[in-house]
Amino acid sequence: MSVAARRCARAGRAARECREREYNLAALRRSLANKRSQLRNVALLCALTLIAGAVFAPDAFAHFLTPQSGGSPNANQIANLYDITLYIAIVVFVGVEGTLLYTLVRFRKRKGRTAVQIHGNTRLEIGWTVGAAVVLIALATVTFAELHSIRTPPVSGPGGLSVTDGAELTSSDSIAPPKGPYMTVQVNGQQFLWRFTYLGFGKLPDQLDDPYTYYHMYVPTNTTVVLKVVSQDVVHSWWIPDLGGKVQAVPGYTNWTYFKIDKPATYTGQCAFLCGEGHARMKALVTALPPKQWLAWLHNLEAQLKAAKAGGAAGRAALQNRTGSAAVENP
Amino acid sequence: MAATTLNPIPQIVVDHVERPPQGLMGWLTTTDHKRIGILYMVTAFVFFIVGGVEALMLRLQLGVANNDLISPQVYNELFTMHGTTMIFLFVVPMMAGLGNYFVPLMIGARDVAFPRLNAISFWLFVAGGVVFYASVFWTPSGAGWIATVPLSESTYSPSGGVDAWIYLVHLTGLGSLLGAINFFATIANMRAPGMTWSRLPLFVWSILTYSLLLIVALPVIAAAVTMLLLDRHFGTHFYDATQGGSVLLWQNLFWFFGHPEVYVMVLPAFGIISEVLPVFARKPIFGYKAIAASTILIAFLGLLTWIHHLFTTPTPVVVLIFAMIASFLIAVPTGVKIFNWIGTLWQGSIEFRTPLIFAVSSISLFTIGGITGVFLAIFPVDWQLNDTYFVVAHLHFVLIGGSVFGIFTAIYYWFPKITGRMLSETLGKWSCGLMFVGTLVTFLIQHSLGLDGMPRRVYEYDNVGHLQLYNQISTVGSWILAAGVLVTVINVARSLKSGAVAGPDPWKANTLEWFVPSPPPENNFDVIPRVRSLEPMKDIRREIERRSLAPHTPAPATITADATSESKVSV
Repeated sequence: MSVAARRCARAGRAARECREREYNLAALRRSLANKRSQLRNVALLCALTLIAGAVFAPDAFAHFLTPQSGGSPNANQIANLYDITLYIAIVVFVGVEGTLLYTLVRFRKRKGRTAVQIHGNTRLEIGWTVGAAVVLIALATVTFAELHSIRTPPVSGPGGLSVTDGAELTSSDSIAPPKGPYMTVQVNGQQFLWRFTYLGFGKLPDQLDDPYTYYHMYVPTNTTVVLKVVSQDVVHSWWIPDLGGKVQAVPGYTNWTYFKIDKPATYTGQCAFLCGEGHARMKALVTALPPKQWLAWLHNLEAQLKAAKAGGAAGRAALQNRTGSAAVENP
Repeated sequence: MAATTLNPIPQIVVDHVERPPQGLMGWLTTTDHKRIGILYMVTAFVFFIVGGVEALMLRLQLGVANNDLISPQVYNELFTMHGTTMIFLFVVPMMAGLGNYFVPLMIGARDVAFPRLNAISFWLFVAGGVVFYASVFWTPSGAGWIATVPLSESTYSPSGGVDAWIYLVHLTGLGSLLGAINFFATIANMRAPGMTWSRLPLFVWSILTYSLLLIVALPVIAAAVTMLLLDRHFGTHFYDATQGGSVLLWQNLFWFFGHPEVYVMVLPAFGIISEVLPVFARKPIFGYKAIAASTILIAFLGLLTWIHHLFTTPTPVVVLIFAMIASFLIAVPTGVKIFNWIGTLWQGSIEFRTPLIFAVSSISLFTIGGITGVFLAIFPVDWQLNDTYFVVAHLHFVLIGGSVFGIFTAIYYWFPKITGRMLSETLGKWSCGLMFVGTLVTFLIQHSLGLDGMPRRVYEYDNVGHLQLYNQISTVGSWILAAGVLVTVINVARSLKSGAVAGPDPWKANTLEWFVPSPPPENNFDVIPRVRSLEPMKDIRREIERRSLAPHTPAPATITADATSESKVSV
């Protein structure tokens, strides 16, 4: 082989290699691009699955995106209002963050790009101001539409109990007075315990011997229960998530809320406003019983309270006899 | 020097002039706005680290259900200190520090209007911090940063911790009030020739608004805590329901201050973002007047919405509706700001330097906080979400997304001006990435915690539902966030000694602080340039270019800070 031929062959090989390399590069680029678009698809799919999973699979992750509800109509209506807000919020969120991301990618610095020197666009600015206002007006409208039913307690159903003694609701309170029969439970927050007084169920006219429980509230089903929330020491906040929103128990004030439970069940909740060292342990249970069972429970409770009272009186009398003084006062 | 005739140099001979103190004494006695600014920023950042460590301890305790790592009392004290520190001792003074350093430079002034008052402001802030943290050695307050009565009354909080908190509010409040008056006087009176209100940099607008809000809101909290102090020690009953006082009086007064305080913390961050975006998008700010006006409007509306913190209190429903509408209204100017920022980036040529990355991270995180804020403004929805972790998530997206990312934007943007050295871009990007991911991991899941029924300010929880899983995710996130902050601390420490030299204008920015050398000399400007537009530095650069292209121009081509005659810089 002559030098020239060898050189030629080398050149040919080089050219071929070069071509191959180029081809390889192109292939690589293509496959990378494929992979990238695949990756993008996978990412998109993941995100969609996540969102869909969070929205449509409430069993696996209950209350991942929505508040607790299901115990009482007001809780359901609040959850409903929340859902509407959430849908609007998702659209706004995706719109704003998406535009931001798109802008960052689309207008990143590149060779030959010069920034457009503009100072604003009055029409556009008025447009998005009005746009933002319209979204909020829509939200306000939805809220006002739902507000009445959230504020107004339903009336007790057939078979439900009714003792209207003890409630002095006015129309300016955060809940409206019910239009039919209901019963009232006074919820008294104390460091770090809830006391429930079943108003109007006692024999005395001034509610002094109304039956009461601590920590665990029992109510009849199918009955509108108005809660008269008070505090005897610091500020607490009454909250059973499934049964509706919070109300602060403020010393010197009376606050109101309500719930109506249709089926026998037990709901849990806890104090939601910092009240001191035991705040995290200030829990509450609400159990709904069918009205007949509830009345039986109430009679049992009254008997227990009576026995306890008698026992206490006997103990005090014995102590008084022993010490010979009237130093032990009635609690 | 282009002077062709010999001008006699004026000579002033003085006797008995004390040399300004050097070293440590120089720093302790300084009235230079730049030094006071640095003192503010460094002190505030130390408190940021302290408050951050407290937050990490809180998250550790919540990492496991029914954990007994921290006792209930200590837990309450820790979150009281965390909230108080971040608000009173970090964000507000940090903004004061940034304002101190940059407002005079940006408006072309040689100092603030009242330099000695400025020093008093700073030392009052330090005193407040010292008094508050001194209570760590006895019993700190466990009544939360909101110190709601009657829990903060002496019956339920007998130790001196609440008193220390009251003095903190008084001392830092007085400091902020004097500082605010100082800013206001400076901005109103000491602007460079030609700097009309419509040429005022947006950061200066935001500091002006910050000052106005502080002047309106601080006297109210001062009155509120004074009454608390009187209740605790002098037998009055302002907040004692059993003696005719009112518990809701406290909540109203506190939040009349507390809600504008949010805007005090966030608006300057918005100002920083409005400065940084045009520089790195190489485009003028989009809708300058709309952004400036929205700042003022947010502040005004912010004064009307405090009732939305009282949605669950016994307050007439018509008042709740008013607060809801007012809170909705705030979303409009806030949205306008965000749209205008995107408009600024749109059709720009965006350089992804660290300050810009922090700024856009701030926008995207704040947007989440802004949207969840609309949920909380709807009062029936708030009845469910109030006082849960949903609110914790919301406020952290607002205050970390808005304020903290805004402050970090400022650190990366202005560090070269303050020290004359550049921060590392690599470390800066790592820091931003970690903080961004950390914030999302820590706080996104907290929305679900709240929706799942976890109230805030609880030291333990039962493992029902997914509470433990969610809490663990959040705790892991808090460490990622902390790692991000640590990277910036390392970056700053490294760059102080060995960072690349920045020069007067490393970013080719728009505002006057970049006209002077880095770091600026004590008198800032030998000559105060005439301002002809919103972007004076652009004009100056253009003028330099024009003159260097036309060599026959008689004036010298160098327009630097050591220019000695006004003619040189009349552009």
